Amino acid sequence: MTSRIDNRKFKSITRRELLKLTPVLALGAFAVPQLQKPLLKGGLRFSDWASAKLFSGEHLAPTFAESHVTPFDKFPINDYDVDDPGVDFDTWTLKVTGAVQKPGDYTLAQIQALPKFTQNTRHVCVEGWDVIGRFGGVRLADFLNMIGADLTAGFVTVNCADDYYESLDMATAVHPQTLLCYEMYDRPLTREHGAPLRLNIPTKIGYKQAKYLTRLKVSHVLEKAGYWEDQGYSEFYGL
Amino acid sequence: MATRAVAIEDVKTGEVTEAVYEHPFVVRLCHWVNAVALFVMVGSGLQIFRAFPSFGAKIPQKDLLNWPKAFAIGGWLGGALQWHLTFMWIYLGTGLLYVCYEIFSGNYKQMLFVRRDIRGVWPMVRHYFFFGPKPPAREVYNPLQRQAYTAAIGLGVLSVLTGFAIWKPVQFSWLAWMMGGFHLARLWHFVIMWAMLAFVFGHLVMVVLHGWNNFVSMLTGWKKDPQYRSE
Repeated sequence: MTSRIDNRKFKSITRRELLKLTPVLALGAFAVPQLQKPLLKGGLRFSDWASAKLFSGEHLAPTFAESHVTPFDKFPINDYDVDDPGVDFDTWTLKVTGAVQKPGDYTLAQIQALPKFTQNTRHVCVEGWDVIGRFGGVRLADFLNMIGADLTAGFVTVNCADDYYESLDMATAVHPQTLLCYEMYDRPLTREHGAPLRLNIPTKIGYKQAKYLTRLKVSHVLEKAGYWEDQGYSEFYGL
Repeated sequence: MATRAVAIEDVKTGEVTEAVYEHPFVVRLCHWVNAVALFVMVGSGLQIFRAFPSFGAKIPQKDLLNWPKAFAIGGWLGGALQWHLTFMWIYLGTGLLYVCYEIFSGNYKQMLFVRRDIRGVWPMVRHYFFFGPKPPAREVYNPLQRQAYTAAIGLGVLSVLTGFAIWKPVQFSWLAWMMGGFHLARLWHFVIMWAMLAFVFGHLVMVVLHGWNNFVSMLTGWKKDPQYRSE
């Protein structure tokens, strides 16, 4: 049955239907310069929150056969400043501070005394490229145990010889594939790849895997998320 | 499927026109929000692509194409990622709302491409591209439209799945694996964007060709004087 109405009534019906769509105009807020920044920051924060929820400590990153590993000379060297910040290996230590029972300076030999793990995992850069590398080192979880870290603290932050700094959420820090890495391709780290000690975290994006580590802090409050994060990149960026 | 229809009588001339309610509110809302979201996703996606415009190795890097910055959103990689990671939730949200609404309201019956539509596709293609006779219209959408909209929804689903495979290749490693690995998932994500853009182009051409009443129906829901009879 088709009902019959006059054109004025039809106009008021269609006008009402059109007005119901006004919420769509709210998207225009993204075009307002003063609102754009906080809105996008909020969106990024929401994505980070969702990322942390999606992260599972038991979920392992895929590992690859030797034949899939990218040749060493094809493994890109990325840094924000210099390839080689000139670390003096003879005097190098990792300075540990924060919520730990045994703070202090740890030598490479002390770190290497922990069980060694080697893994062929994918390294994903935020730019979009990816390579599969071979990494060797000790589990950050084992090291945190050794220094008596308070695992209820939320964050592990690191500083680097080139002023780079990064942070990790504790769940990722204690993930079994998160390594304090001192070897790549079964050889001691080269200077460009972060000698003597770097992070290798197959569950994180490349920029979180800081090189040339000099300091490590366990903290309850995240003061600075990281160098790129401070430029506007994602804080969590888990893969 | 029964469509809501009215006969409109002009108070001055007494002329009677038919109008049909084609697009429920949720569909229109999702359509426009998703249109904005898709625009931002493509624009920011192209800016992200500019950071590594290749699907090969990083060393040596062979660029596929240098997309102009003027036709991208975000200004730089970090900015584009903020747009992309914000609007992906809007894109996903409207997509989910739309699909759920279509299923539970039964509205899918007017747009879903099904087996009996296959026969009707060629006559429509012949009409549009080879000056064939116009097949009689009986429903809101013709078979070719249903094929196009169903394909677009499929592309939408694939764009989300490939996107998640790139964003979370470890947590959704099975998804990345299904797509041939992280590296290929990034390529699929890119290819699906172009397929989506091809749909949008065809869609916009048709909107222009089919005139104002047709366009207005996606705003008010009602189409005046449809070229088919409602049952």
